[in-house]
Amino acid sequence: MASSPKLNAKIPPGELETKWTKFRSTVHLVNPANKRNLEIIVVGSGLAGSSAAASLAEMGYKVKVFCFQDSPRRAHSIAAQGGVNAAKNYQNDGDSVYRLFYDTIKGGDYRAREGNVHRLAEVSGNIIDQCVAQGVPFAREYGGTLSNRSFGGTQVQRTFYAAGQTGQQLLLGAYSALSRQIGMGAVTMLSRHEMMDVVMIDGKARGIIARDLVSGQLERHFGHAVLLCTGGYGNVFYLSTNAMGCNVTAAWKAHKKGAFFGNPCYTQIHPTCIPVSGDHQSKLTLMSESLRNDGRIWVPKKKDDNRKANEIPEEERDYYLERRYPAFGNLVPRDVASRAAKERCDAGYGVGTSKMAVYLDFAANTERYGKIEVSKHNIHNPTKEQIIKLGKEVVKEKYGNLFDMYKQITGEDPYELPMRIYPAVHYTMGGLWVDYNLMTTIPGLYALGEANFSDHGANRLGASALMQGLADGYFVIPYTIGEYLSEEIRTKSIPTDNEAFVKAEADVQERINKLFSIKGTKSVDNFHKRLGRIMWDKCGMARNKEGLTQAISEIQKLREEFWKDVRVTGEANEFNPELEKAHRVADFIELGELMCKDALQRNESCGGHFREEYQTAEGEAKRDDDNFAFVAAWEYKGVSDFELHKEELKFENIKLAQRNYA
Amino acid sequence: MSTTSNMNLTLKVWKQKNKDTKGKFETYNAKGISPDMSFLEMFDVVNEGLISDGKEPIAFDHDCREGICGMCSMYINGRPHGPKQGVTTCQLHMRSFKDGDTIVVEPWRSAAFPVIKDLAVDRSSFDRIMAAGGFVSVNTGNAKDANNILIPKPEADEAFEAAACIGCGACVAACKNSSAMLFVSAKVSQLALLPQGKIEAQQRVWDMVHQMDEEGFGNCTNTGACEAECPKSISLENIARMNREYLISTAISKK
Ligand SMILES: Cc1cc2nc3c(=O)[nH]c(=O)nc-3n(C[C@H](O)[C@H](O)[C@H](O)COP(=O)(O)OP(=O)(O)OC[C@H]3O[C@@H](n4cnc5c(N)ncnc54)[C@H](O)[C@@H]3O)c2cc1C
Ligand code: SF4
Ligand code: FES
Repeated sequence: MASSPKLNAKIPPGELETKWTKFRSTVHLVNPANKRNLEIIVVGSGLAGSSAAASLAEMGYKVKVFCFQDSPRRAHSIAAQGGVNAAKNYQNDGDSVYRLFYDTIKGGDYRAREGNVHRLAEVSGNIIDQCVAQGVPFAREYGGTLSNRSFGGTQVQRTFYAAGQTGQQLLLGAYSALSRQIGMGAVTMLSRHEMMDVVMIDGKARGIIARDLVSGQLERHFGHAVLLCTGGYGNVFYLSTNAMGCNVTAAWKAHKKGAFFGNPCYTQIHPTCIPVSGDHQSKLTLMSESLRNDGRIWVPKKKDDNRKANEIPEEERDYYLERRYPAFGNLVPRDVASRAAKERCDAGYGVGTSKMAVYLDFAANTERYGKIEVSKHNIHNPTKEQIIKLGKEVVKEKYGNLFDMYKQITGEDPYELPMRIYPAVHYTMGGLWVDYNLMTTIPGLYALGEANFSDHGANRLGASALMQGLADGYFVIPYTIGEYLSEEIRTKSIPTDNEAFVKAEADVQERINKLFSIKGTKSVDNFHKRLGRIMWDKCGMARNKEGLTQAISEIQKLREEFWKDVRVTGEANEFNPELEKAHRVADFIELGELMCKDALQRNESCGGHFREEYQTAEGEAKRDDDNFAFVAAWEYKGVSDFELHKEELKFENIKLAQRNYA
Repeated sequence: MSTTSNMNLTLKVWKQKNKDTKGKFETYNAKGISPDMSFLEMFDVVNEGLISDGKEPIAFDHDCREGICGMCSMYINGRPHGPKQGVTTCQLHMRSFKDGDTIVVEPWRSAAFPVIKDLAVDRSSFDRIMAAGGFVSVNTGNAKDANNILIPKPEADEAFEAAACIGCGACVAACKNSSAMLFVSAKVSQLALLPQGKIEAQQRVWDMVHQMDEEGFGNCTNTGACEAECPKSISLENIARMNREYLISTAISKK
């Protein structure tokens, strides 16, 4: 298989270990005087956007940042709980850049680029240094050094964390760096602004059309380059662990203007989330993967066992992950853990009233911690109660905020009863296709963080998204953007009365008018929920040809119905959340169709993409490396019309093998 | 799954078209509300009903719906984030209410937080305070190996607790003077407690306090309402620490 001529990944030649260093040392630079005249638009203020904007402004570029929330600090990176990976080997447990690289490629089921992933592993350590220098309060040991924990898919402890609020602390660090540049006037911040389209001039991205969400006015903004750091599209499923506002709009608009969409069907379903409780549910809440360090997952050995968890004796419990995967046990990668939970529930062993849940039980480790504490405190002949009490204190220090969250939502106390959990949509490995420089197929248009198709292949390992977002923003884009901008120093700032801006704004206005003119009978949420149902049932944890084919025609019908029958209340020139949702859902519907087409095309199972027709006798994902070791990059041709281009994945350093966690 | 039966409630909600018009309370009925719903999911149900009746839904701010982004901001029955301690509005569940209750919902009220529409307010003053000094001045690439900075665990833990602030503004809404001291002191404390932040501690507190005053937040008269209503239990001790830091910075600037 050869790569499509339309896709040049631009991976530097040479040895894997020196590609990035050589690239960095030879990439074109822009001199400080020229940087002051170059304007960069950054859409998104999450880890990727804030870190990129702050770093680029520090270097001297003129930067404008956009986000749809009321403050850059509220980007959904804030919600990340468990941690961030880095190959520091502080625990002296055999970690290294190579091991992180290897784990990531393997965890991604051999569907990511070697060159990119190695670079990610190389810069991972710098991220921790940078964050600590900013004052990010990571967890520490008594000796004052940084603490680590383990995450799924690895056998070393390389995850840095700040209780269950790692994303919050990392984002507040990046936000503080961004705030500093705002204060110095190097960054112009436009909160409550939504990007509505990319503006193209002579085949290059030259700006955006944004809507001021307070006044409703459309605005034109010029940039020599545009960076999309707009996060993932998990909300296409309606119910997910994403925030309510997470959307695909920016990426989708870019896609329609010529940016190819990479691996849209690769979705991560996270194994440990609080189960759905009713029809009113608006979002799902994650219980961090870090809990799998200390929680054991089980279901009753008997079908339809209606006893309470604590009435089921030890020998009647099936710790199915430990049983099926003794080497990794409860710490298998997410896709494996999720499918195993679904398998048990589908087979009738689920727990709780809905029977669509499994237990995550902390009792054994609470007792183990209690025993350690007892001997630390020199308590002789402790009672069981004493042990449990001390154990609970340890558990509380590690996961207190997660336990509180669980209790608030379910009304049950996880210190006393095991948690009930079930898989939920969490992360999207797919996204805009980018080359090694993070540039999309549109010159001058970049994608960073979860918005790009990224380094995670078909499945992302826990604690690696924060790492990737910050790597892209702090340590990759500041170098790679020079390659493009060094050629742009003669381009003067283009006035926004240029016809391309006028036309792009008129198109956005027309769509707004159209949405209001329909005056239909159904709310935007009604369409969103129905789309979500189709996606979850037919393009979720398990997929097959028949279901996907049906889903495609159902989604096409839903799109037609949307444009005939949606009801958007209020006016265009005011703060109007319904209008915002309408734009986003319209784009999700189109994306949903592409995701199903991509899943249908990929006649293999890999990572989070599980096609029921392609599995081993043990029910594991069965890849087809001869025919599918490629990145699927889709070109937009028109309504329901997408063309597939393939980028061949070459593995020169790692031998392809079936993933084995047993 | 819910085992308890559903409730019917009366809502009195502040409606205001924009910052330049006057607002007033409107009454809505919320029917068939499950105790398992969150407060915002209850609003979703009410809004869905309004839309299907061809009426305008109630505008409110929200995003993560798990108590971490700090976006949701409702003043419920006279308390920011409602009757439960230690939670945000999105984490408040309808189990905290009874069938037949009347619930009064208002936006945060403070001159420094103008109303945008209905329950949504403009909190950009917080961002400007942060831009005035809420950071460590370190450029990307300047850092040395992370474990070269050793930090005693108690101090690290204390800094972490102060850093838990989500910037929601409930402290301001709770305060009769609309003081932002709890918010500002949380950031000042976090950074002053860490060796990385100590170097600029005096300049930082000076700049942030001056910006705070400029934004029109009121003075702190130690009523403690902020701490009681803060969803992240940010401690008043941070205010005391900030006052000490500020005194030192005034002394220095007088020299
Ligand atoms: C609950 C949860 C827990 C997680 N835990 C972990 C973890 O422990 N470890 C880990 O590594 N990863 C974790 N992840 C994944 C990780 O948090 C995300 O992948 C990552 O933070 C995404 O960062 P980002 O900068 O790409 O996007 P985001 O943080 O989502 O930021 C997107 C930005 O784009 C803006 N935006 C979007 N669309 C538009 C538009 N049209 N116009 C203007 N602005 C727009 C938004 O305002 C926002 O500022 C978790 C994810 C979730 C949901
Ligand atoms: S101090 Fe508490 S109430 Fe005030 S903004 Fe921070 S989290 Fe909200
Ligand atoms: S919506 Fe994020 S804290 Fe409530």
